[in-house]
Amino acid sequence: MNYRYNIACSLSNLKGIRDFVRNTLNENHVPELQISAIVLALDEMCSNLMIHAHHCNPNHFLELHINHPGKGTYVFEIIDDGSVFDINQFTEPGMDSLVHEKRKGGLGIRLVKSIMDKIEYTSEGGKNICRLTKEV
Amino acid sequence: MVHIKRLQESGTDIIAVIGEIDASSSIELDLAIAKSVGEGFKRILVDCHALEYISSAGLGVFMSYIEEFRDKKIQMVLFGLKEKVVNTFEILGLAELLNIRENKNEALKLANELSV
Repeated sequence: MNYRYNIACSLSNLKGIRDFVRNTLNENHVPELQISAIVLALDEMCSNLMIHAHHCNPNHFLELHINHPGKGTYVFEIIDDGSVFDINQFTEPGMDSLVHEKRKGGLGIRLVKSIMDKIEYTSEGGKNICRLTKEV
Repeated sequence: MVHIKRLQESGTDIIAVIGEIDASSSIELDLAIAKSVGEGFKRILVDCHALEYISSAGLGVFMSYIEEFRDKKIQMVLFGLKEKVVNTFEILGLAELLNIRENKNEALKLANELSV
């Protein structure tokens, strides 16, 4: 199983990403609550990339692949050619400092790290690949 | 895509959030809450019955008001959240930081108690 989706870097396309991920996981009979969490993690990753690596330029594109190599393993790859936005390099701020500094960001990284089992970055042929793995 | 409706009941502002809140639409929620605060409401209920999805951008909006509400003695209570939405709050431990109730009556009751 291998699904692909191309998205222009506009935040209005996040809905399409969510629908694509949800429909794909539905087809594979993943439980609803798991689907919701995974959809959220992919939305967070893609919006982070669109905002921080591509400055929401609709002429830039992300490619999303979903692979299901077997059993309960799902591998999500987000491929782009922007600057690398490696969330493993970010220490997520504590909730207290988020409240105090009135920061509206920083929660997304925490969500992705909580939901996904593995987050890896590689580079192939000038493209960045962010690979998220989830066991359901 | 999100629609936001506001209605007032005996001095309480009720903000109904309909649809999905993500990075592209969280500004709408922010504006609605800011408006409510600007109009001087001390009790704000957020009706989440028709909230189908919320990402960190929306959660961040709620978080960003916590201190201001504490300072201005404004009570905000969310109610009617679907299980999948509650789950998002719980992953972050936000359910502890925000006031959340099952239904409007309970939310109103809590807002009134906290206002005393």
